[in-house]
Amino acid sequence: MNYERFLNPTVAAVPPSGIRRFFDLASTMRDTISLGVGEPDFKTPYHIRNEAINSLIDGETQYTPNRGLLSLRKEISFYLQNRFRLAYDPETEILVTVGASEAIDLALRAMVSPGDEVLVPEPSYVSYSPSVIFAGGTPVGVTTLEEDDFRLKPEHLEAAVTEKTRALILPYPNNPTGGIMEKADLEALVPVIRKHDLMVISDEIYAELLYDGKEPASFGALDGMWERTLTINGFSKAFAMTGWRVGYACGPKEIIAVMNKIHQYGIMCAPRMGQVAAEEALRLGRENNYEDVTVMRESYDRRRRLMVESFREMGLHCFEPYGAFYVFPSIRTTGLSSEEFCSRLLMEKNVAAVPGNAFGACGEGNIRCCYATAVDKLTVALDRIADFVREVSA
Amino acid sequence: MTKLESALLDLLKEDCRLPLEKMAVMTGSSLEEVAATIEDMEKRRIILRYSPVINWDLTDRERVEAMIEVRVTPQRDMGFDAVAARIYRFDEVKSVYLMSGAYDLLVLVEARTLRELASFVSAKLSTLELVTGTATSFVLKRYKEEGVVFEGEESDRRLVISP
Repeated sequence: MNYERFLNPTVAAVPPSGIRRFFDLASTMRDTISLGVGEPDFKTPYHIRNEAINSLIDGETQYTPNRGLLSLRKEISFYLQNRFRLAYDPETEILVTVGASEAIDLALRAMVSPGDEVLVPEPSYVSYSPSVIFAGGTPVGVTTLEEDDFRLKPEHLEAAVTEKTRALILPYPNNPTGGIMEKADLEALVPVIRKHDLMVISDEIYAELLYDGKEPASFGALDGMWERTLTINGFSKAFAMTGWRVGYACGPKEIIAVMNKIHQYGIMCAPRMGQVAAEEALRLGRENNYEDVTVMRESYDRRRRLMVESFREMGLHCFEPYGAFYVFPSIRTTGLSSEEFCSRLLMEKNVAAVPGNAFGACGEGNIRCCYATAVDKLTVALDRIADFVREVSA
Repeated sequence: MTKLESALLDLLKEDCRLPLEKMAVMTGSSLEEVAATIEDMEKRRIILRYSPVINWDLTDRERVEAMIEVRVTPQRDMGFDAVAARIYRFDEVKSVYLMSGAYDLLVLVEARTLRELASFVSAKLSTLELVTGTATSFVLKRYKEEGVVFEGEESDRRLVISP
């Protein structure tokens, strides 16, 4: 049977993620050392897992309110105020979602009308542009440059705006580059945002993973920007809770209410067990000054330095990332394309990395390597990459 | 303790064979700084030894371990320290801790055979004039030591590639 006429042509036209293709290839290999992961190598801290186990034993297995457990929203409210100077009312301005991904999807579906354009700085996370398309809008990529430390510059933002532009996605700290936006960088965007009356969807899922004394900066905390910002965050990266699928969106109650409408019809609520675990993560964090996060951050930072230094020793240009857990070295000097480099590295050296062009065409010439992997494995992987670079450069 | 000292101890605790060059890169310090800091911590006896965690059960070496709760009479002027010293000098004794609670010293003892261990307790430990009583418990199986799980360490369950 030909199913084509049953499929939504807009959805069918979106190509599968470039990562997916590479995943299929990598899955056929055995004993690969993977720098292609997008999640922590830590397991969720045991006290968090234990709290979820207890909730199951106690029979906490029912639906929660659509917006999420109020006790969790209160913890989120306190956490954002305490860590990022963001003020949100737990009753009306916070929505707990199935991962930050759902929050992004809801934000776009709530705000985008057919024909609207949404600006997406690139390179960035693979889901933004498809999500804009699924919401009926048009994604417009805004290239960020390594010479700008992959920060979004006001002049590039200005140049991309048209009268159809509705919103800007702000993906910092950035996956895949590890680039960050500091307070002054964000402030520089404010006049453009105001002038063109834009909303900002600020994806801050990596906000806790900042290194070398860099201070967290949230767009919604800037003067006068709270009302123009949807803050998206979650538990996956900071608390090593990827598989629990708990994220949240915070913003003006009028927008959160519409997002909740879609969420309530489509999802009902995020799983209760995950919400209980997330609440424990924040509750204990409040008491011990987020010790779990600090321990993980310090460990990532050591590996980050090792990665950057090792790539530079190979003669590759490597941008110093101050956020997330990725390095994004340039492989242009090898003469290979990102995809060739990664495919051959996988086949010849059994090390997986992700081609930069999976994160937007401007990522060509770079590869994404995640350093959330044990030091002994990282060392072996780096040795193999060094061998490979020597061989292809010879 | 400085930030560098703390970072180096974390790294060494995980892998004390990590080259100095790597530790320097990972802590953002110079090689000389790292070498000097480690040497200083050795001198100050913060770092006492670099030793591996061994799973003896996988070797063919005969080995018996016991934990012995010891009640003692503390000595005037010296408290428990002098008694502890009398005990820890025996080669069989691997660790000695002063404890709160129902007994005074916890002594970890290692010997090649059960007979050797029994003879240590009856002939050497119990006969010390300051020891008023002992209770010996043999170790049957070791599950975790120094943060390392001995059996069934879980594999990496992450997807090889994810966005």
